[in-house]
Amino acid sequence: MILDGKCPTGPIEKTWDKHRFDMKLVNPANKRKYKILVVGTGLAGGAAAASLGELGYNVEAFCYQDSARRAHSIAAQGGINAAKNYPNDGDSIYRLFYDTIKGGDFRAREADVWRLAQVSNNIIDQCVAQGVPFARDYAGYLDNRSFGGAQVSRTFYARGQTGQQLLLGAYSAISRQIKAGSVKLFPRTEMLDLIVVDGEAKGITVRDLITGEIRCHVGDAVVLCTGGYVNVFYLSTNAMGCSVTATWRAHRKGAFFANPCYTQIHPTCIPQHGEHQSKLTLMSESLRNDGRCWAPKKAGDNRPANQIPEEERDYYLERKYPSFGNLAPRDIASRAAKEQCDDGRGVGPGGRGVYLDFAASIKRLGESTIRERYGNLFEMYEKITDENAYKQPMRIYPAPHYSMGGLWVDYNCESNVPGLFVLGEANFSVHGANRLGASALMQGLADGYFVIPYTIANYLAKTTPGKVKADNPEIKKSKETVEAEMKKLLSINGKRTVSDFHRSLGKIMWENVGMARSEQSCKEALKEIPALREEFWKNVKVSGSGAELNQQLENAWRVADFLEFAELLTRDALHRNESCGGHFRVEHQMPDGEAKRDDENYCYAAAWEFKGVGSEPELHKEPLKFENVHLAVRSYK
Amino acid sequence: MSDHKTMNLILHVWRQNGQNVPGKLETYEAKNVSPDQSFLEMLDEVNEDLIKAGKDPIAFDHDCREGICGMCSQVINGVPHGGQERTTVCQLHMRTFKDGDSIYIEPWRAMAFPLHKDLIVDRTALDRIIQSGGYTSCHTGGVADGNALLIPKDVADYAMDAAECIGCGACVAACPNGSAMLFTSAKVAQLAVLPQGKAEAAQRVCAMTEALQENGFGNCSNHYECQAACPKGINVKFIAKLNREYQKALFK
Repeated sequence: MILDGKCPTGPIEKTWDKHRFDMKLVNPANKRKYKILVVGTGLAGGAAAASLGELGYNVEAFCYQDSARRAHSIAAQGGINAAKNYPNDGDSIYRLFYDTIKGGDFRAREADVWRLAQVSNNIIDQCVAQGVPFARDYAGYLDNRSFGGAQVSRTFYARGQTGQQLLLGAYSAISRQIKAGSVKLFPRTEMLDLIVVDGEAKGITVRDLITGEIRCHVGDAVVLCTGGYVNVFYLSTNAMGCSVTATWRAHRKGAFFANPCYTQIHPTCIPQHGEHQSKLTLMSESLRNDGRCWAPKKAGDNRPANQIPEEERDYYLERKYPSFGNLAPRDIASRAAKEQCDDGRGVGPGGRGVYLDFAASIKRLGESTIRERYGNLFEMYEKITDENAYKQPMRIYPAPHYSMGGLWVDYNCESNVPGLFVLGEANFSVHGANRLGASALMQGLADGYFVIPYTIANYLAKTTPGKVKADNPEIKKSKETVEAEMKKLLSINGKRTVSDFHRSLGKIMWENVGMARSEQSCKEALKEIPALREEFWKNVKVSGSGAELNQQLENAWRVADFLEFAELLTRDALHRNESCGGHFRVEHQMPDGEAKRDDENYCYAAAWEFKGVGSEPELHKEPLKFENVHLAVRSYK
Repeated sequence: MSDHKTMNLILHVWRQNGQNVPGKLETYEAKNVSPDQSFLEMLDEVNEDLIKAGKDPIAFDHDCREGICGMCSQVINGVPHGGQERTTVCQLHMRTFKDGDSIYIEPWRAMAFPLHKDLIVDRTALDRIIQSGGYTSCHTGGVADGNALLIPKDVADYAMDAAECIGCGACVAACPNGSAMLFTSAKVAQLAVLPQGKAEAAQRVCAMTEALQENGFGNCSNHYECQAACPKGINVKFIAKLNREYQKALFK
């Protein structure tokens, strides 16, 4: 099937305005008759629940954490992009649009990206109104810094905690609606199934993580804002609870999963230190404003950094990409770091690391300026590694960080299942094959504050509120399926723990479908994943009962879903016989090692339809048209 | 990096299966702990052993494991988050312990935080304080340009110092009165000092102070244990700011 993103036609700068006028509205007195279920309370979910509540809809919001303030958006450090052009350095909506399309290696939908760039400015205003303490200069004006993939300074920030401050802004807005009674919050509640009635999304089945109760919530539309899936690699910068479960469950109920092989490996993370490690920690991309990446020129040079003279250092990003230098986009910077280490020039334990050096900036600006800009990051680095980055360079290595792929949605952020909307990292829409820094926060808030409030009305206006009643057989069926799965997980009583399986899966994925992929490695993974999954269902050990707080059971469910999803991700990576952005197939590279796209054959979004566990999914293509930015080889040289 | 000599530790962990059943300290061994492991990774290992032995693993809250989500919450050797300056449990590393140490691990203890299981408590009372008024009443859309309000750097920095609170509740756990004054004052101060929040400052401070009492938190009697325990170093000067805002509101 050829999919249609239903983008409005005409001049791109008019598309969103025209579309907003063309969409249907729900009159103010009718809004309260509609119940909307919002899953996830990160930037996308928090903003959506708050904004829909303000409009007068009856909203139920769900999160697995104990509070709506803790979603993993909180960990975003560096900043949020907007096309304000406050520094007068040549930015515009068009330039942000252009940079994002190019940064995504021409694998995103033009109209969606335009809209994102257009509403980016509203986001900053909204957050300021909420009391988000963005960095300001002495006169009181908003300050900006630079991020990768751009030659302008368009990133707004709140120290090294921008995600936290934006999320607390959304959390304050949702808190206000909870008090007003328009939003009802269900914390410590995990979605385990999507209820589809007559082909439309009308509810979810959840488990109360405290009592263990499995129950169904019925509504008129479902909005998934459940983040990304890079915990499929086991070690990643995501929070421990981040999982593919909600989107995977929707996929199993018919929603197409698009471009799952587009995963972002972030170049600047603290290297792994040992076997027992549970997660990796990001060091913000903003550090590349003042830090210089280098590796020793000589392989096996294990002198301490300060004893390696200047002429024996390779500032490889500055050498390879003189115009963008250390601010090359993430996919490119990650591959370059890997290249240094593969050549035997890596530093630190196991040679899996490169330096991020602040000595030149400290000399130029003084330690206090660097401390002011990144103090909390240096502190975090020291806590984890016991090293002082003011005195010696940081050691960094790439780590799984973000997923550009996600559930397929049209221009309205609606999936192919009517009534199921997907926002933020959980959808696939705007970042193409590589996301630029400071654009995830922008997308989450754009979708939640400024897209869904308009587009959901267009769906609701065509439906009768409260159409599905509590006694609908689909509801009972969904509850029974989830209960049966739980019983199964608890009855296996095998020998290996859930984390043990997760670690094995991560190893398969990182080695075969990580930063470099080949036909052979993907095929290898496609042999190993089903075998591991089979073993999981025979040999996993989950003790305790389902009717209580049981963290093993929660994890078992998530890992079970990763074991199914991993296969889809790998199939997608195998099918996409080109390199683009974060998807690097070693068979397809330029002579200088850059990703080589195949626009002739792969200029489309790949949306997969579920056909049963272990069965070949069906591929649907959405062709991508580039009418405003011409398809070209991406160059940051 | 620390040298890689591993250590063996004795853990005394609070086990309790719900608010209404009695709990007690159980003793476990943590063996071959690497100094580079985080405290929670050490507990992960202990739990793996418990699971393999067919025993109930220790339940504890955690999520981001990079010190920002505020989910982790353990009293370690009598001090919330373990007593390292500006450090959450998840960022506490084993190199701060010695081979042979005994470590006592307990949940947050406060009247406002009923216990769910083992080290997991219910902190929704903190959410209810924010719901009572910890926001500016702005609707999505229809706001002024971000630069229309000039906020000098010192004011923005003061607001940011207060806004760094991660809502973990260590201040409550550390306070002999179980007060959430530091938590509440940080939000009151952040919004009172910014022009966006000034319009509602009086009603906000009154509503939030009332919510403190309604939700079972004690009063502040200036022990300052909260500041010492706070993993983000939130300063007690914000409590003074709250008191001043409260007095201003009373005479309004």
